[in-house]
Amino acid sequence: MWTFLHKMASPRYFYSIATSLIPWFLVSGLILMVAGLINGLFYAPPDYQQGDAFRIIYVHVPSAYISMMAYSLMAFAAFVALIWRIKIAHAVIVGAAPLGAWFTFLALLTGSIWGRPMWGTWWEWGDPRLTSELLMLFLYLGYMALRASLPNLAQADKLSAILILIGAINIPIIHFSVEWWTSLHQGPTLLKAGGPAIDSLMLYPLLAMIIGTTLYFGSLLLVRTKAEVLNREKNSRWAKKMLSGDQL
Amino acid sequence: MNKSNNTSLLSGFNAMFRRDCLQYIKNPSQLLNPLIFFVMITAAFPFAVDSSKLQLTQIGPGIIWIMAILSYLLTLQHLYLDDADDGCLDYIILSPQPLPLLVLAKICAHWISSGLPLIIISPIIGIIYQMQVDTILVMIATLFFGTFALSLIGSIGASLTISINNSNILVSLLVLPIMIPILIFGARTIGLYQAGTTTISGLYFMSAYCMFALSFSPFASAAALKIGSE
Repeated sequence: MWTFLHKMASPRYFYSIATSLIPWFLVSGLILMVAGLINGLFYAPPDYQQGDAFRIIYVHVPSAYISMMAYSLMAFAAFVALIWRIKIAHAVIVGAAPLGAWFTFLALLTGSIWGRPMWGTWWEWGDPRLTSELLMLFLYLGYMALRASLPNLAQADKLSAILILIGAINIPIIHFSVEWWTSLHQGPTLLKAGGPAIDSLMLYPLLAMIIGTTLYFGSLLLVRTKAEVLNREKNSRWAKKMLSGDQL
Repeated sequence: MNKSNNTSLLSGFNAMFRRDCLQYIKNPSQLLNPLIFFVMITAAFPFAVDSSKLQLTQIGPGIIWIMAILSYLLTLQHLYLDDADDGCLDYIILSPQPLPLLVLAKICAHWISSGLPLIIISPIIGIIYQMQVDTILVMIATLFFGTFALSLIGSIGASLTISINNSNILVSLLVLPIMIPILIFGARTIGLYQAGTTTISGLYFMSAYCMFALSFSPFASAAALKIGSE
Protein backbone atom coordinates (compact mmCIF):
# COMPACT_ATOMS: atom_id res chain seq x y z
CA MET A 1 0.00 0.00 0.00
CA TRP A 2 2.65 2.52 1.06
CA THR A 3 4.95 1.60 -1.77
CA PHE A 4 2.05 2.12 -4.15
CA LEU A 5 1.39 5.57 -2.67
CA HIS A 6 5.06 6.47 -2.89
CA LYS A 7 5.11 5.40 -6.50
CA MET A 8 2.01 7.45 -7.23
CA ALA A 9 3.77 10.51 -5.80
CA SER A 10 6.40 10.22 -8.51
CA PRO A 11 5.31 12.15 -11.61
CA ARG A 12 6.60 9.51 -13.95
CA TYR A 13 4.64 6.60 -12.39
CA PHE A 14 1.60 8.77 -11.99
CA TYR A 15 1.75 9.61 -15.67
CA SER A 16 1.92 6.00 -16.83
CA ILE A 17 -0.73 4.77 -14.34
CA ALA A 18 -3.05 7.62 -15.31
CA THR A 19 -2.57 6.81 -18.99
CA SER A 20 -3.68 3.22 -18.44
CA LEU A 21 -6.59 4.19 -16.16
CA ILE A 22 -8.18 6.86 -18.35
CA PRO A 23 -9.84 4.51 -20.92
CA TRP A 24 -11.40 2.39 -18.11
CA PHE A 25 -12.83 5.43 -16.36
CA LEU A 26 -14.03 6.98 -19.58
CA VAL A 27 -15.67 3.88 -21.08
CA SER A 28 -17.36 2.68 -17.89
CA GLY A 29 -18.49 6.23 -17.12
CA LEU A 30 -19.96 6.72 -20.57
CA ILE A 31 -21.74 3.33 -20.50
CA LEU A 32 -23.32 4.11 -17.13
CA MET A 33 -24.30 7.61 -18.23
CA VAL A 34 -25.92 6.42 -21.47
CA ALA A 35 -27.78 3.62 -19.65
CA GLY A 36 -28.84 6.01 -16.87
CA LEU A 37 -30.03 8.66 -19.30
CA ILE A 38 -32.03 6.26 -21.50
CA ASN A 39 -33.70 4.63 -18.49
CA GLY A 40 -34.22 7.91 -16.71
CA LEU A 41 -35.63 9.84 -19.64
CA PHE A 42 -37.77 7.10 -21.27
CA TYR A 43 -38.52 4.29 -18.81
CA ALA A 44 -38.78 5.91 -15.37
CA PRO A 45 -42.41 6.78 -14.51
CA PRO A 46 -43.31 10.48 -14.44
CA ASP A 47 -43.50 12.07 -11.00
CA TYR A 48 -47.06 12.32 -9.67
CA GLN A 49 -46.54 15.97 -8.73
CA GLN A 50 -43.95 17.30 -11.14
CA GLY A 51 -44.76 15.23 -14.23
CA ASP A 52 -41.90 14.91 -16.67
CA ALA A 53 -40.13 18.02 -15.38
CA PHE A 54 -38.48 16.03 -12.59
CA ARG A 55 -36.32 14.22 -15.15
CA ILE A 56 -33.75 17.02 -14.99
CA ILE A 57 -32.53 15.50 -11.71
CA TYR A 58 -30.63 13.01 -13.85
CA VAL A 59 -28.33 15.87 -14.83
CA HIS A 60 -28.80 18.20 -11.87
CA VAL A 61 -28.06 15.86 -8.96
CA PRO A 62 -24.81 14.43 -10.42
CA SER A 63 -23.54 17.95 -11.24
CA ALA A 64 -24.34 19.24 -7.75
CA TYR A 65 -22.73 16.18 -6.20
CA ILE A 66 -19.56 16.59 -8.28
CA SER A 67 -19.31 20.31 -7.52
CA MET A 68 -19.02 19.44 -3.83
CA MET A 69 -16.96 16.30 -4.31
CA ALA A 70 -14.45 18.20 -6.47
CA TYR A 71 -13.96 20.89 -3.81
CA SER A 72 -13.50 18.24 -1.11
CA LEU A 73 -10.97 16.52 -3.35
CA MET A 74 -9.13 19.82 -3.86
CA ALA A 75 -9.15 20.51 -0.12
CA PHE A 76 -7.78 17.03 0.58
CA ALA A 77 -5.10 17.47 -2.10
CA ALA A 78 -4.21 20.90 -0.68
CA PHE A 79 -3.83 19.33 2.77
CA VAL A 80 -1.61 16.56 1.40
CA ALA A 81 0.39 19.03 -0.68
CA LEU A 82 1.06 21.43 2.19
CA ILE A 83 1.83 18.82 4.86
CA TRP A 84 3.76 16.17 2.93
CA ARG A 85 4.88 18.43 0.08
CA ILE A 86 3.75 16.02 -2.60
CA LYS A 87 4.00 17.83 -5.90
CA ILE A 88 1.45 15.66 -7.72
CA ALA A 89 -1.22 16.96 -5.33
CA HIS A 90 -0.73 20.50 -6.65
CA ALA A 91 -1.21 19.23 -10.19
CA VAL A 92 -4.41 17.47 -9.11
CA ILE A 93 -5.78 20.75 -7.68
CA VAL A 94 -4.95 22.60 -10.89
CA GLY A 95 -6.67 19.87 -12.87
CA ALA A 96 -9.76 19.72 -10.69
CA ALA A 97 -10.53 23.45 -10.29
CA PRO A 98 -11.97 24.34 -13.72
CA LEU A 99 -13.89 21.03 -13.83
CA GLY A 100 -15.38 21.70 -10.40
CA ALA A 101 -16.29 25.25 -11.39
CA TRP A 102 -17.92 23.98 -14.57
CA PHE A 103 -20.00 21.33 -12.76
CA THR A 104 -21.01 23.97 -10.18
CA PHE A 105 -22.16 26.18 -13.01
CA LEU A 106 -24.06 23.24 -14.55
CA ALA A 107 -25.74 22.51 -11.22
CA LEU A 108 -26.83 26.15 -10.96
CA LEU A 109 -28.03 26.22 -14.56
CA THR A 110 -30.04 23.00 -14.38
CA GLY A 111 -31.38 23.99 -10.97
CA SER A 112 -32.52 27.28 -12.43
CA ILE A 113 -34.16 25.56 -15.41
CA TRP A 114 -35.87 23.16 -13.01
CA GLY A 115 -36.99 26.02 -10.80
CA ARG A 116 -38.81 27.73 -13.67
CA PRO A 117 -41.71 25.21 -13.96
CA MET A 118 -41.59 24.15 -10.29
CA TRP A 119 -41.26 27.43 -8.41
CA GLY A 120 -42.40 29.70 -11.24
CA THR A 121 -39.09 31.57 -11.15
CA TRP A 122 -35.58 31.13 -12.55
CA TRP A 123 -33.96 32.07 -9.28
CA GLU A 124 -35.23 31.60 -5.76
CA TRP A 125 -33.30 33.27 -2.94
CA GLY A 126 -35.38 31.23 -0.52
CA ASP A 127 -33.59 27.98 -1.35
CA PRO A 128 -30.36 27.61 0.66
CA ARG A 129 -28.94 24.95 -1.65
CA LEU A 130 -29.15 27.31 -4.62
CA THR A 131 -27.52 30.23 -2.82
CA SER A 132 -24.75 28.26 -1.16
CA GLU A 133 -24.00 26.64 -4.52
CA LEU A 134 -23.56 30.15 -5.93
CA LEU A 135 -21.08 30.99 -3.16
CA MET A 136 -19.30 27.72 -3.95
CA LEU A 137 -18.87 28.95 -7.53
CA PHE A 138 -17.37 32.19 -6.17
CA LEU A 139 -14.86 30.16 -4.14
CA TYR A 140 -13.81 28.27 -7.29
CA LEU A 141 -13.52 31.53 -9.24
CA GLY A 142 -11.48 33.14 -6.44
CA TYR A 143 -9.07 30.22 -6.49
CA MET A 144 -8.64 30.45 -10.25
CA ALA A 145 -8.21 34.24 -10.10
CA LEU A 146 -5.47 33.96 -7.47
CA ARG A 147 -3.76 31.20 -9.42
CA ALA A 148 -3.87 33.19 -12.67
CA SER A 149 -2.26 36.28 -11.14
CA LEU A 150 0.71 34.51 -9.54
CA PRO A 151 3.42 33.89 -12.17
CA ASN A 152 5.79 31.93 -9.91
CA LEU A 153 4.70 28.27 -9.97
CA ALA A 154 5.92 27.22 -6.51
CA GLN A 155 4.41 30.31 -4.90
CA ALA A 156 1.11 29.93 -6.76
CA ASP A 157 0.91 26.29 -5.65
CA LYS A 158 1.33 26.96 -1.94
CA LEU A 159 -0.67 30.18 -1.70
CA SER A 160 -3.63 28.78 -3.59
CA ALA A 161 -3.52 25.63 -1.44
CA ILE A 162 -3.84 27.84 1.66
CA LEU A 163 -6.79 29.62 0.07
CA ILE A 164 -8.52 26.30 -0.65
CA LEU A 165 -8.10 25.12 2.93
CA ILE A 166 -9.47 28.42 4.28
CA GLY A 167 -12.42 28.08 1.91
CA ALA A 168 -12.98 24.45 2.91
CA ILE A 169 -13.23 25.17 6.64
CA ASN A 170 -15.61 28.04 5.87
CA ILE A 171 -17.97 26.09 3.59
CA PRO A 172 -20.01 24.59 6.49
CA ILE A 173 -20.33 28.05 8.08
CA ILE A 174 -21.37 29.64 4.79
CA HIS A 175 -23.92 26.91 4.21
CA PHE A 176 -25.28 27.16 7.75
CA SER A 177 -25.60 30.94 7.67
CA VAL A 178 -27.31 30.89 4.27
CA GLU A 179 -29.73 28.29 5.63
CA TRP A 180 -30.42 30.38 8.74
CA TRP A 181 -30.93 33.44 6.57
CA THR A 182 -33.36 31.74 4.19
CA SER A 183 -35.34 30.18 7.03
CA LEU A 184 -36.52 33.73 7.74
CA HIS A 185 -37.90 33.98 4.24
CA GLN A 186 -40.99 32.10 3.26
CA GLY A 187 -39.83 28.61 2.41
CA PRO A 188 -40.36 27.07 -1.03
CA THR A 189 -43.87 25.65 -0.99
CA LEU A 190 -43.87 23.48 -4.10
CA LEU A 191 -40.80 21.44 -3.44
CA LYS A 192 -40.47 20.01 0.02
CA ALA A 193 -37.62 17.89 1.36
CA GLY A 194 -38.65 14.43 2.48
CA GLY A 195 -41.46 14.18 -0.05
CA PRO A 196 -42.73 10.87 -1.39
CA ALA A 197 -40.19 8.06 -1.35
CA ILE A 198 -38.48 7.73 -4.69
CA ASP A 199 -39.53 4.85 -6.94
CA SER A 200 -36.82 2.30 -7.66
CA LEU A 201 -37.39 2.80 -11.41
CA MET A 202 -36.44 6.43 -10.83
CA LEU A 203 -33.69 5.68 -8.32
CA TYR A 204 -31.54 3.23 -10.27
CA PRO A 205 -31.05 5.49 -13.30
CA LEU A 206 -30.13 8.29 -10.88
CA LEU A 207 -27.54 6.14 -9.13
CA ALA A 208 -26.17 5.08 -12.52
CA MET A 209 -25.91 8.74 -13.53
CA ILE A 210 -24.14 9.72 -10.29
CA ILE A 211 -21.58 6.92 -10.54
CA GLY A 212 -21.20 7.39 -14.30
CA THR A 213 -20.67 11.14 -14.02
CA THR A 214 -18.15 10.60 -11.24
CA LEU A 215 -16.19 8.18 -13.41
CA TYR A 216 -16.41 10.62 -16.31
CA PHE A 217 -15.17 13.41 -14.02
CA GLY A 218 -12.37 11.10 -12.91
CA SER A 219 -11.24 10.49 -16.47
CA LEU A 220 -11.30 14.21 -17.31
CA LEU A 221 -9.40 14.95 -14.10
CA LEU A 222 -6.73 12.38 -14.99
CA VAL A 223 -6.36 13.83 -18.50
CA ARG A 224 -5.99 17.36 -17.15
CA THR A 225 -3.65 16.32 -14.34
CA LYS A 226 -1.53 14.34 -16.82
CA ALA A 227 -1.14 17.41 -19.01
CA GLU A 228 -0.29 19.53 -15.97
CA VAL A 229 2.31 17.00 -14.76
CA LEU A 230 3.88 16.84 -18.21
CA ASN A 231 4.03 20.63 -18.34
CA ARG A 232 5.68 20.81 -14.93
CA GLU A 233 8.16 18.04 -15.69
CA LYS A 234 8.96 19.21 -19.19
CA ASN A 235 12.66 19.47 -18.41
CA SER A 236 13.02 15.99 -16.97
CA ARG A 237 14.37 13.18 -19.09
CA TRP A 238 11.25 10.98 -19.13
CA ALA A 239 9.03 13.87 -20.15
CA LYS A 240 11.36 14.85 -22.99
CA LYS A 241 11.34 11.25 -24.17
CA MET A 242 7.56 11.20 -23.97
CA LEU A 243 7.22 14.44 -25.87
CA SER A 244 9.53 13.28 -28.63
CA GLY A 245 7.16 10.36 -29.27
CA ASP A 246 8.93 7.40 -27.68
CA GLN A 247 7.12 5.00 -25.38
CA LEU A 248 8.03 4.96 -21.72
CA MET B 1 10.39 31.72 24.74
CA ASN B 2 12.92 34.22 23.41
CA LYS B 3 14.69 34.94 26.68
CA SER B 4 18.03 34.96 24.93
CA ASN B 5 17.00 38.15 23.12
CA ASN B 6 15.77 39.72 26.36
CA THR B 7 12.37 40.25 24.80
CA SER B 8 9.07 38.78 25.88
CA LEU B 9 6.25 37.86 23.58
CA LEU B 10 4.16 40.72 24.84
CA SER B 11 6.82 43.34 24.16
CA GLY B 12 7.12 42.19 20.57
CA PHE B 13 3.38 42.37 20.16
CA ASN B 14 3.28 45.82 21.74
CA ALA B 15 6.11 47.19 19.63
CA MET B 16 4.51 45.96 16.42
CA PHE B 17 1.10 47.27 17.47
CA ARG B 18 2.41 50.71 18.44
CA ARG B 19 4.48 51.06 15.29
CA ASP B 20 1.54 50.20 13.03
CA CYS B 21 -0.81 52.55 14.87
CA LEU B 22 1.73 55.35 14.55
CA GLN B 23 2.07 54.67 10.86
CA TYR B 24 -1.67 54.89 10.35
CA ILE B 25 -1.81 58.15 12.34
CA LYS B 26 1.00 59.63 10.26
CA ASN B 27 -0.92 58.94 7.05
CA PRO B 28 -4.41 60.16 7.92
CA SER B 29 -5.62 60.09 4.32
CA GLN B 30 -5.20 56.29 4.25
CA LEU B 31 -7.54 56.17 7.17
CA LEU B 32 -9.97 58.90 6.24
CA ASN B 33 -10.58 58.21 2.55
CA PRO B 34 -12.34 54.85 3.07
CA LEU B 35 -14.39 56.45 5.85
CA ILE B 36 -15.46 59.34 3.62
CA PHE B 37 -16.25 56.79 0.91
CA PHE B 38 -18.42 54.88 3.41
CA VAL B 39 -20.32 58.02 4.46
CA MET B 40 -20.75 59.39 0.93
CA ILE B 41 -22.08 56.21 -0.68
CA THR B 42 -24.43 55.36 2.19
CA ALA B 43 -25.72 58.94 2.00
CA ALA B 44 -26.14 58.63 -1.78
CA PHE B 45 -28.45 55.59 -1.59
CA PRO B 46 -31.59 57.46 -0.47
CA PHE B 47 -31.32 59.60 -3.64
CA ALA B 48 -31.41 56.50 -5.82
CA VAL B 49 -34.23 54.63 -4.09
CA ASP B 50 -37.50 55.69 -2.54
CA SER B 51 -36.54 57.79 0.49
CA SER B 52 -39.69 57.21 2.54
CA LYS B 53 -39.13 56.32 6.17
CA LEU B 54 -40.46 52.77 5.84
CA GLN B 55 -38.25 52.02 2.84
CA LEU B 56 -35.14 53.45 4.50
CA THR B 57 -35.54 51.45 7.71
CA GLN B 58 -36.00 48.32 5.61
CA ILE B 59 -32.92 48.71 3.42
CA GLY B 60 -30.75 50.59 5.95
CA PRO B 61 -29.07 47.67 7.76
CA GLY B 62 -28.20 45.93 4.50
CA ILE B 63 -26.74 49.03 2.88
CA ILE B 64 -24.74 49.98 5.96
CA TRP B 65 -23.26 46.50 6.14
CA ILE B 66 -22.51 46.24 2.41
CA MET B 67 -20.79 49.62 2.50
CA ALA B 68 -18.89 48.76 5.66
CA ILE B 69 -17.47 45.70 3.90
CA LEU B 70 -16.69 47.62 0.70
CA SER B 71 -14.88 50.46 2.47
CA TYR B 72 -13.08 47.87 4.57
CA LEU B 73 -11.83 46.08 1.46
CA LEU B 74 -10.28 49.38 0.35
CA THR B 75 -8.16 49.56 3.51
CA LEU B 76 -6.77 46.04 3.22
CA GLN B 77 -4.00 46.99 0.81
CA HIS B 78 -2.26 48.97 3.57
CA LEU B 79 -2.17 45.99 5.89
CA TYR B 80 0.92 44.30 4.41
CA LEU B 81 1.62 45.86 1.04
CA ASP B 82 3.29 49.03 2.36
CA ASP B 83 5.65 46.95 4.48
CA ALA B 84 6.34 44.60 1.59
CA ASP B 85 7.21 47.55 -0.67
CA ASP B 86 9.76 49.18 1.61
CA GLY B 87 11.29 45.90 2.80
CA CYS B 88 10.10 46.05 6.41
CA LEU B 89 8.14 42.85 5.93
CA ASP B 90 11.30 40.79 5.40
CA TYR B 91 12.62 41.97 8.76
CA ILE B 92 9.29 41.24 10.43
CA ILE B 93 9.42 37.70 9.05
CA LEU B 94 13.07 37.27 10.08
CA SER B 95 12.50 38.50 13.62
CA PRO B 96 12.81 35.89 16.41
CA GLN B 97 9.29 36.68 17.60
CA PRO B 98 6.66 34.21 16.35
CA LEU B 99 5.23 35.59 13.13
CA PRO B 100 1.54 34.78 13.88
CA LEU B 101 1.76 36.98 16.98
CA LEU B 102 3.21 39.91 15.02
CA VAL B 103 0.54 39.37 12.36
CA LEU B 104 -2.09 39.51 15.08
CA ALA B 105 -0.59 42.80 16.31
CA LYS B 106 -0.83 44.19 12.79
CA ILE B 107 -4.44 43.01 12.52
CA CYS B 108 -5.33 44.68 15.82
CA ALA B 109 -3.70 47.94 14.71
CA HIS B 110 -5.62 47.71 11.44
CA TRP B 111 -8.87 47.25 13.32
CA ILE B 112 -8.11 50.22 15.60
CA SER B 113 -7.44 52.43 12.57
CA SER B 114 -10.18 51.16 10.23
CA GLY B 115 -12.84 49.37 12.24
CA LEU B 116 -13.05 51.70 15.22
CA PRO B 117 -13.48 54.94 13.21
CA LEU B 118 -16.17 53.20 11.19
CA ILE B 119 -18.00 52.24 14.37
CA ILE B 120 -17.65 55.78 15.73
CA ILE B 121 -19.08 57.33 12.58
CA SER B 122 -21.85 54.74 12.09
CA PRO B 123 -24.48 56.41 14.36
CA ILE B 124 -24.62 59.31 11.87
CA ILE B 125 -25.45 56.89 9.10
CA GLY B 126 -27.98 55.21 11.39
CA ILE B 127 -29.74 58.54 11.84
CA ILE B 128 -29.78 59.12 8.06
CA TYR B 129 -31.54 55.76 7.74
CA GLN B 130 -34.16 56.72 10.38
CA MET B 131 -32.94 54.25 12.99
CA GLN B 132 -34.05 54.47 16.61
CA VAL B 133 -31.39 54.95 19.30
CA ASP B 134 -31.67 51.36 20.55
CA THR B 135 -31.35 50.06 16.97
CA ILE B 136 -28.18 52.10 16.61
CA LEU B 137 -26.79 50.41 19.72
CA VAL B 138 -27.50 46.99 18.21
CA MET B 139 -25.84 48.14 14.99
CA ILE B 140 -22.74 49.20 16.92
CA ALA B 141 -22.62 45.80 18.61
CA THR B 142 -22.80 43.97 15.25
CA LEU B 143 -20.19 46.30 13.76
CA PHE B 144 -17.88 45.72 16.73
CA PHE B 145 -17.69 41.95 16.26
CA GLY B 146 -18.14 42.15 12.51
CA THR B 147 -15.32 44.57 11.71
CA PHE B 148 -12.86 42.63 13.82
CA ALA B 149 -13.82 39.47 11.94
CA LEU B 150 -13.44 41.43 8.68
CA SER B 151 -9.92 42.48 9.71
CA LEU B 152 -9.03 38.86 10.48
CA ILE B 153 -10.46 37.44 7.24
CA GLY B 154 -9.16 40.36 5.20
CA SER B 155 -5.67 39.73 6.55
CA ILE B 156 -5.69 36.31 4.87
CA GLY B 157 -6.64 37.84 1.53
CA ALA B 158 -4.08 40.63 1.85
CA SER B 159 -1.28 38.25 2.82
CA LEU B 160 -2.06 35.84 -0.04
CA THR B 161 -1.60 38.64 -2.58
CA ILE B 162 1.46 40.56 -1.35
CA SER B 163 3.55 39.50 -4.32
CA ILE B 164 0.97 40.78 -6.83
CA ASN B 165 0.76 44.34 -8.09
CA ASN B 166 -2.63 46.08 -8.10
CA SER B 167 -4.19 43.28 -6.13
CA ASN B 168 -7.09 45.28 -4.72
CA ILE B 169 -9.85 43.69 -6.78
CA LEU B 170 -8.29 40.25 -6.45
CA VAL B 171 -8.35 40.52 -2.63
CA SER B 172 -12.06 41.33 -2.80
CA LEU B 173 -12.71 38.29 -4.99
CA LEU B 174 -10.86 36.02 -2.58
CA VAL B 175 -12.36 37.14 0.71
CA LEU B 176 -15.93 38.16 -0.19
CA PRO B 177 -17.39 34.61 -0.22
CA ILE B 178 -15.86 34.02 3.21
CA MET B 179 -17.23 37.34 4.49
CA ILE B 180 -20.81 36.49 3.47
CA PRO B 181 -21.71 34.98 6.89
CA ILE B 182 -20.65 38.25 8.57
CA LEU B 183 -22.78 40.23 6.12
CA ILE B 184 -25.81 37.97 6.62
CA PHE B 185 -25.67 37.99 10.40
CA GLY B 186 -24.66 41.66 10.69
CA ALA B 187 -27.45 43.00 8.53
CA ARG B 188 -30.13 40.50 9.57
CA THR B 189 -29.52 41.02 13.29
CA ILE B 190 -30.24 44.75 12.92
CA GLY B 191 -33.22 44.01 10.67
CA LEU B 192 -34.63 41.49 13.14
CA TYR B 193 -34.22 43.91 16.02
CA GLN B 194 -36.20 46.52 14.08
CA ALA B 195 -38.90 43.91 13.45
CA GLY B 196 -39.05 43.25 17.18
CA THR B 197 -37.63 39.71 17.24
CA THR B 198 -34.85 38.31 19.36
CA THR B 199 -31.37 39.42 18.32
CA ILE B 200 -29.01 38.02 20.91
CA SER B 201 -28.45 34.80 18.95
CA GLY B 202 -27.20 36.82 15.97
CA LEU B 203 -24.68 38.59 18.21
CA TYR B 204 -23.64 35.25 19.70
CA PHE B 205 -22.98 33.93 16.21
CA MET B 206 -20.94 36.99 15.25
CA SER B 207 -18.77 36.79 18.33
CA ALA B 208 -18.32 33.05 17.75
CA TYR B 209 -17.32 33.67 14.13
CA CYS B 210 -14.89 36.31 15.38
CA MET B 211 -13.25 33.82 17.75
CA PHE B 212 -13.18 31.17 15.03
CA ALA B 213 -11.45 33.55 12.61
CA LEU B 214 -9.06 34.53 15.41
CA SER B 215 -8.05 30.88 15.75
CA PHE B 216 -6.88 30.37 12.18
CA SER B 217 -6.35 33.76 10.56
CA PRO B 218 -2.97 34.73 12.17
CA PHE B 219 -1.50 31.33 11.31
CA ALA B 220 -2.81 31.27 7.74
CA SER B 221 -1.66 34.87 7.18
CA ALA B 222 1.78 34.16 8.61
CA ALA B 223 2.20 31.10 6.37
CA ALA B 224 1.05 33.07 3.32
CA LEU B 225 3.40 35.98 4.12
CA LYS B 226 6.35 33.61 4.41
CA ILE B 227 5.57 31.96 1.07
CA GLY B 228 4.70 35.24 -0.63
CA SER B 229 7.93 37.00 0.28
CA GLU B 230 10.23 34.16 -0.75
